[in-house]
Amino acid sequence: MNDLSPAGKPLFDDTAAQPAISARGLIKHFGAVRAVDGIDLDVPRGMIFAILGPNGAGKTTLMRMLATLSRPDAGTATILGRDLVGEPAEVRALIAMTGQFASLDEDLTGRENLLMLARLWGFRGRAAKARADELLAAFDLADAGHKQVKDYSGGMRRRLDIAASLVVTPGVLFLDEPTTGLDPKARKAVWRMIRGLADAGVTILLTTQYLEEADQLAARIAVIDHGRKIAEGTSRELKAQTGSGFLHVALADRERLDEAARFLEARFASPVQTSVEGAQLSVKAGSAQTANEAIAALIEAGIEPSDFSMGQPSLDEVFFALTGQGVESDPVVEDER
Amino acid sequence: MSRTRALAAALHGVERPRRPSALSNALVFAWRAVLKFKHVPEQLFDLVMTPIMFTLLFTFVFGGALAGSTGDYLQFFLPGILVQTVVFNAVYSGMGLSTDLGKGLFDRFRSLPVWPLAPFAGLMVGDMLRHLIAAAIILTIGLILGYRPEEGLVGVLASFALLVAIGFGTGWIFLVLGLLIRTPTTVMTVGFTFLFPVVFASNIMVDPATMPGWLRAFVDINPVSLMTTAMRGLMNGGATVHEIGLALFAPALLTIVLAPTTLWLYMRR
Repeated sequence: MNDLSPAGKPLFDDTAAQPAISARGLIKHFGAVRAVDGIDLDVPRGMIFAILGPNGAGKTTLMRMLATLSRPDAGTATILGRDLVGEPAEVRALIAMTGQFASLDEDLTGRENLLMLARLWGFRGRAAKARADELLAAFDLADAGHKQVKDYSGGMRRRLDIAASLVVTPGVLFLDEPTTGLDPKARKAVWRMIRGLADAGVTILLTTQYLEEADQLAARIAVIDHGRKIAEGTSRELKAQTGSGFLHVALADRERLDEAARFLEARFASPVQTSVEGAQLSVKAGSAQTANEAIAALIEAGIEPSDFSMGQPSLDEVFFALTGQGVESDPVVEDER
Repeated sequence: MSRTRALAAALHGVERPRRPSALSNALVFAWRAVLKFKHVPEQLFDLVMTPIMFTLLFTFVFGGALAGSTGDYLQFFLPGILVQTVVFNAVYSGMGLSTDLGKGLFDRFRSLPVWPLAPFAGLMVGDMLRHLIAAAIILTIGLILGYRPEEGLVGVLASFALLVAIGFGTGWIFLVLGLLIRTPTTVMTVGFTFLFPVVFASNIMVDPATMPGWLRAFVDINPVSLMTTAMRGLMNGGATVHEIGLALFAPALLTIVLAPTTLWLYMRR
């Protein structure tokens, strides 16, 4: 994890023993609203750590504070051992942030964007050009380097945006909703990049409203809602909190979703989660046998399942169990999925 | 797999360069401003069309009535329209800043360990270039129409130096507005609402002798009038050190007050 530099010498000598991020009681108000309401966070070095929550939960505010872009109203935090409030310049030298909206100059080409950042970090002349080209190649953008960013697709923009955060290998990389608005193929490409970065030893703190994303990428997940951390653990631990033995049912006729939900709710005396777009139902069923019997009863009642399976709860169900409500997703984002 | 390797290679073995100087940071942002000319050359069209229209309309429509002949009027008007051009153009840089801020580009700059004022220094360099290019185009059109700077090349160079100072001072107003106002078009509306009376209630277009007393009192102390008087002196002859000092007073004051304000607003966001 410390062998980031060529000589095998740790990049951040003085901080080797420190966790990547350690935060205590962070609070940020916007007027009367507590956007972040007393969050503690411990992120070990080299980990992908996800902050999961619905829109407006305070994810971005928390991340902006940790990236020195916004001053906490209360609480303390250190990034690789440096004090967030007391030593912002030192923190900035160790971190990189990729915001929710591409922080790129749309009028310039991809290569010029990287060149600009390389020069700001202190690369000169040929070294800056070499660095820009190296990053373009690593992020599959070599062919697009001479196009203006305004002509890039969403996925290309995102990759360039992440590349722009890696001009100098950061100790901690903040990624705010790295795949929001991307199509599934572009999302997979970004995931691959993120895993590659973690393999190279970069600590990554990412926010997401996609439960699948946290599940796929993160070693640990903190679930936040209304500015508070409501749970934290590995994906497995969070699922264990909810219990196992979930029955997932897809219906042939989506018109009968509500009817089926009422039926299963009565049968298992447990809340049923529905997802309208896939005509899917999930409910805690306990054992395979009780699930089997429920399916049989459902068919008997004249409701035809098109598919069903037993499994661990999805993170959707975990979130549901923790907050008593589903994840309120942004409808626009839903459309793009 | 080779992709993963390329990614790993791009992350490993990166020597952290030495932190560059504030000047070097500012030069990078200036380079960005120059690149904008290459990629968005049409911006110059926005900058020079209004002053060109003003020059043509005022010279040929009002010129004869105001100064006896269009030639005499152009001689009077041209140094002033250069001041107007620079002052109006400063609005566009405020709009540009507001656009950049809206896109999150400045969040990236702020999370970098660079001199905090460097992005603004870069914007300013871009502005100065825009001012010089626009002024050169308008002067060329003036020369074609018959304008003759009596002080020759030296006078023109001196007047352009003064224009740069005027643009620099005025620029801070719109950087502050760009930081305060979220939508670029509002920056433009607010900017022009404030600028129109200041520019028109000056001695750019007409000799204030026929204005009512209360208005003349304002016109006489209006910084735009002071700038125009100095510009006329530098280009047409008869500039005094006193006049140039008065013309520079407002830009200097604006810089002293608004440069720290800009930094404060930027860091506070």
